[in-house]
This record gives sequence, C-alpha cells and structure tokens, in this order.
Amino acid sequence: MCYNKVVYIDYTKGFNGSKNFYEVMQMIKKEMIAMLLAGGQGSRLGVLTTHMAKPAVSFGGKYRIIDFPLSNCINSGVDTVGVLTQYQPLKLNTHIGIGIPWDLDRNIGGVTVLPPYEKSSNSEWYTGTANAIYQNLEYMESYNPDYVLILSGDHIYKMDYEVMLDFHKQNNAAVTIASMPVPIEEASRFGIVVTDNERRITAFEEKPAKPRSNLASMGIYIFSWNVLRDALIANKDESELDFGKHVIPYLHERNERMFAYEFNGYWKDVGTLNSYWEANMELIDIIPEFNLYEEYWRIFTKSESLPPQYIAKDSKIEKSIIGEGSEIYGQVINSVIGYGVTIGRDTVVRDSIVMNNTTIGDDCELDKAIIAENVTIGNKVKLGVGEEVENDTKPQIYNHGIVTIGEATKIPEGISVGKNTVIVGSFEASEFENAELPSGRTLIKAGEKQ
Amino acid sequence: MRAIGIILAGGNNHRMKELSRKRAIAAMPIAGSYRSIDFALSNMTNSHVQKVAVFTQYNARSLNQHLSSSKWWDFGRKQGGLYVFTPSITQENNLWYRGTADAIYQNLSFLKDSHEPYVIISSGDGVYKLDYNKVLEFHIERKADITVVCKEMEPAENVDRFGVVRMNEENRITDFEEKPIMAKTSTVSCGIYIIRRRQLIELIEKCAEEDRHDFVSDIIIRYRSQKRIFAYKMNEYWRNIATVKDYFQTNMDFLKADVRNYFFKQYPDIYSKVDDLPPAKYNVGSEVSNSLVSSGCIINGVVEDSILFKKVFVGNNCVIKNSIILNDVYIGDNSHIENCIVESHGTIRANSYYKGEDGIQVVIEKNDRYVL
Repeated sequence: MCYNKVVYIDYTKGFNGSKNFYEVMQMIKKEMIAMLLAGGQGSRLGVLTTHMAKPAVSFGGKYRIIDFPLSNCINSGVDTVGVLTQYQPLKLNTHIGIGIPWDLDRNIGGVTVLPPYEKSSNSEWYTGTANAIYQNLEYMESYNPDYVLILSGDHIYKMDYEVMLDFHKQNNAAVTIASMPVPIEEASRFGIVVTDNERRITAFEEKPAKPRSNLASMGIYIFSWNVLRDALIANKDESELDFGKHVIPYLHERNERMFAYEFNGYWKDVGTLNSYWEANMELIDIIPEFNLYEEYWRIFTKSESLPPQYIAKDSKIEKSIIGEGSEIYGQVINSVIGYGVTIGRDTVVRDSIVMNNTTIGDDCELDKAIIAENVTIGNKVKLGVGEEVENDTKPQIYNHGIVTIGEATKIPEGISVGKNTVIVGSFEASEFENAELPSGRTLIKAGEKQ
Repeated sequence: MRAIGIILAGGNNHRMKELSRKRAIAAMPIAGSYRSIDFALSNMTNSHVQKVAVFTQYNARSLNQHLSSSKWWDFGRKQGGLYVFTPSITQENNLWYRGTADAIYQNLSFLKDSHEPYVIISSGDGVYKLDYNKVLEFHIERKADITVVCKEMEPAENVDRFGVVRMNEENRITDFEEKPIMAKTSTVSCGIYIIRRRQLIELIEKCAEEDRHDFVSDIIIRYRSQKRIFAYKMNEYWRNIATVKDYFQTNMDFLKADVRNYFFKQYPDIYSKVDDLPPAKYNVGSEVSNSLVSSGCIINGVVEDSILFKKVFVGNNCVIKNSIILNDVYIGDNSHIENCIVESHGTIRANSYYKGEDGIQVVIEKNDRYVL
C-alpha cells in the first residue's frame, strides 16, 4: 500500500543542501502517486462531449467514466491522485469536488484537480499528455514519490495497480507499461509492444501495418520517479510532448529497462460512440464480464441521495439496468437507464442508453439511441426508424445506426427520426419537415457548438 | 436558525414485534432507501438548524452505523454539527435514560452550552416533511411556552396509540391525554415540540428534582394549565411507525403517486446515508409492476405491489406480492412471498412459501448464504 510515510531526515547529514544544522526536517513521502489525464475532449464521442470532457460522460446508469480509474486508485491503495483537466472541466470539477465519494478527501494527499496555469514565463495550455505532466512537476515533487502512475480517464476496467507496482519493483524497471493481448487481426489499431521472454520490451510500434505481437498498450504506465523527471526535463522543448510518441521512444533509445505488465481482465476503451454503446450493453448480460455487483472491488461515484425507482403497473422491464429515482411506466428492453429518468406509458425503449434526468413521453418508440442528460422527448416520438444511411456530416463518428441526442435537447411531439442521426438543441414541431428527420441527417441548432 | 435540535431516537416498543429486536425504531428502513430518522434529520437541515443532538439508547448499533458520518445531512461542519448521545456513567449518575426528560437532563450541558434561544424536539420515528421555521414563527407569535405540532387524523383512524389533544379556539391546548382508552378528539400530537431553551432547562431540572422522567406526562400534561401550551396544526402527510401494521402501511403509502411525489420530487429533499451500490438490474424473466426498487437489487422473478430495499436478490420464478423486503435479502429460486415483511440480511432458501394469512407476517430467515 502506498499510504503516507513521514520521513525524518537525519539533520547531521544535511539534506538538499539544508544550511540550518539544527533544523529537524520532516517530509511527506508517498511511495506511489497517480496522475490522471482527464483533459481531452474525446471528439469521437460527438455531441456527448460538447459540454463536458470525455471522463465526465455518464456510464452504466449512475457512473461517470472517471469513476473507474479513481475507484481503482483507492482500491489499490493509491491515495494521492492529481487529475489534469483542461477541456470543459466544469462537470468534472463538480463531480470530483474534494474527493469524498472515493475517500480521497485526505489530510495528506487525496485528490487534487490540476488545470493549466499561468507562469512567470512560457505560460501555455497542456499541449500533450507528457507536457501536462511536465507542467506539474512541482505537484509531484511535493510528495517525494518513488513511483508515478500515469492513467487516462477514458477506460472502463478494474485493475489493481499495486500488483503492477510489485511487477515493476521485481523487474527493477524504469518503466512498466500495462498491456493486454488483443486478437492479432485487430492489433494494427493499437500501440503494440514486442517483448522478450522476460517481458522486457524490445520494440514499440504505433499502429503497425504488420504487427509483430498482439500485446496492446493500455496507456497505463508506472515510471520510477527519477526516470520520469529526467525524461520530461530532457524533452521539455518538444512540441506536443506525448508519452507514446516521445517519452517512451526516448527512454527506449537510451536502453532503459522497460517492461510490459500483462493484464487479462476486462478493459474497454470507450473512445467512440459505438464502443461506448457496446460497453454499456455488456453490463446487462446475466453475469456480465464486467461485474459492477462484486463486493471486493467496488466502483464509487458521487451518488446523490436519491429515492428508489418506481416501476408502474403494466410496465415491462427486461435485461436492463435502471438508476435510482427513475419512474418507468412503459417498456424497457435491453437498455441502460440513468437516474431520475421518466419513461412514459406505452413507450418502448430498446437497445438504448438514456442518461440522467431525461424525460421521455408516452407512446414513443426508441431503438438504438444514445440520449444525453436532461433531454425532453415529447409523446409519440420515434427514434431509429427506417433504413441505415451514412451520416451526412461526420460518418466516422455517427455510425452503426445509432441515434445520438445531445444534452438538454427538446424534441416535440410526433417526430420520427431515422438512423445515424444527431439532434442537439431545443426544437419546435415546425422546425421539422414532414415531422421527421430522415436517416443520416444532422440537426444541430444554430448557436450550439458541434 | 435560532434553534438547536434534539431528536429522541432511544425508544423501542414491543408492538413492533420482531422488527425492533435488532434496531431502534428510529433506524427502521422506510421507502426503499431511507431510515425513519432521515426524515427528522433532513427536516432539521432543511430548516437550517445547525446543531442537532440525537439521543439513542435501545439497540443503537444500526442507528449509530447509519449516523457514522454526518456529511450526508450536511452536518459535517465546524460550527454546530451532529451529536449522538448515548447514556454514560458519570460521577453523579450511572443510570440509563429513564425517560425522554431524563435523557435531556443527563445531557443538559448540551443545552446549557448552546446560545440559540430555542430548542426543537422531534421524535425519530415520524415520517413527515416540516419547515420548523414556520412552527417557530407560530410559537413566537402566540407567545407560547411550549408549542406541540399536532395533526388531525381521519375520523376512522384509531388514535389510541397517540397523545390526543383538545384545544380551544385560539389553539391553546386545554387537554392532553396520552394513549387514551376513549379518545375525545381525533387531533394527535406528532411528538414535535418547540420550547425556549432556558424554559426547557428550568422545567427539566425541576422534573429531575421531583424524580420525574417523561417529557410528555411530566412536563406537557402536568403543566398544561400553568404554561401556555399551543398546538400547531400540520396538514401535510405525517405518519408515525408504532406498530407492524403502521410500519407496513407507511411503506406502502409510497406506492401512491401523491405521496411519492410529495417526498421524492417536491422540494425539499430527504437525505440519507449514501451507499455506493450499482443501479438495479432486471434480467430475463423479471416482471415488476407497481413496486419500488432500490439500488443494488437484481431481479429475476415476479414482483408486484411491493417494496424492495437495497441489495435484494430475487431468484428465478419467484413471486413476491404485497410485501416489503428489507436490505440485503437473498431470495432463492421458485419462492413465493405474499403479505410479508422479510427482515434484513435474510436468506430465503429456494422453493420456500410464505404467506401472511390474516395480516402481515414477519419473516426472519437466517440461513447460510454461499454465493451471490
């Protein structure tokens, strides 16, 4: 465990050039601290990240994506976490607060939100993953760590970082990269590590055309502190300093001891709308591979004190999970429903994700839709009807037939919406031609950011 | 707020039968996600009372666990906060709380060390929402010594388990009878009082000198003609859980849309301790209608007109009708439960059959549980 130790420095030997011979020095020390990268927009989640950074997007009925790495931290005994924020941080900041839900409100350590800040010279935004860490060297130094754990805020998984740290120590490694086996035909989508028999990394390939191994990097690193510090300082002038592109190749060149820690549990990058949808749907299997109901590795979140859910007479719920305080009068099949949601009478919700505090009227039919928070959908609305047509603006984001409804959207009564569509904004019935939005169309109210 | 709060949560009564064996009434689970003391506590915090003492005595483990952190009710503060007082041995005293007045007497320093002019006393077993500021305004306006919050019950309702009051046209209480054989009116005391702090200290000290220990009979009833005791009438929902039947009915009230909206949707909210439980999960074969389901439940069977508290597991082909299943109960496959209250942490074996024939049956099953 990485709980704080207070180190008393032997003043007779001096410390860091301490001049005062009689000064008894006392210093905080954490064996390992975590730095969580949560500043990215996650533009491949489309309109879901218009008003919030990707780590703040809700997931699985009551969580937000950042809950998973934060819960992993506290469950692994890492009680000092710096969260690096930049893009649309309001929701993230409110969610994290002082870290109470994860027991990360500590006297020493705990969670600290680290936005970019102005300096006497060279003020800049976080320009890359490693640059963000570089700009917070002082924060890390204040805990005098032996190891630094680098995490990203957009993965769904449960992992004991302490086991990974043990692996790091055993190998006397400079860097350990968490990696997992993927099917070899998919390997060219990932950063691939090639290792020898002892798991020492011999080569590192970013999205190789012909992968030499099927071990994909998960974007989770443990660095020995002095290695990280020296590498960041040596490369500080690199533009958009990035771990995968610059820091790891730099250390590899210098022949530092780099090891691959193999992880075999559930791990899902929810970077695209389709993978986000899939990861949600995997939660509703009878015994899901990713099980939220396990006692020994709980996922914590900022739960508001909410009433139980009410399931009315003549409603039907099958293969679904439903959040607190929701009221269900219609049918919910194969779906993930957040908290505070109302689903009207004779409405059918199928294969969909409905986020917190959304209201859906009566007699609606929803198929394969992702509906963000605080949306209002009128009566007799149909989502996901007709043939699949490629999206007209961003087919690389809106695909797989998913209907995406942005935050706080209002859809009036009686509208039919096709597949691969996007709607954001508050609309009147007159703004729809023939009361429909055909498949593949994008409808974003003027003034709304895309 | 110019008042401090006292919540009397020490009580137990035999009319709750097996249900109170393991907990004080104030810790009885209500409406899926709450415990009865949450209502008084939330009213205190929503009325901006900053300093609240809870007096507990009977089997307080469950209650203490619930109150282990005051942050859920926003009492985790440097100024004021939540105090839990259990009886303790001191130089002068080594007795349990012998009654409500005695409980206050034994903790009189809490009152003496405060500076707020008024004290709000509430029982911990009422299910209600009330802005105490309104009661305090009434108290000041009437120049009352003590204000008792009262509720007019339905004429059909049997009120013999309550304190029954009679008042004159200006709401001054002229008669107060505790648990009368024949009630003269249908106005009952809700067990919520406002009184000036110095007045309370004086009355409690006098009571102790005379070796009297009960707040209702030795203060309110005894002083009803000497002191100006007024009744504040409350018209909103109020229920007190004193019997198994009351308890069942109070819970079932939450299946009605108006009660649910009043407590769950209208401002202000009721707060409770937050458990980090996953959302409820409905598997193939689940058929739920007119029921409340709390977080952490996994449902594989039929649930009708029932309330499932947190972390209930319902097995395949189960039928649960008109029942209350308390926290963390495991119900094995093919079981039938009707008109029952299933005690918390129970494990019901597969193929069990329970049906309350005349009235509500309380089911306590402590079987070994292997896997969940």
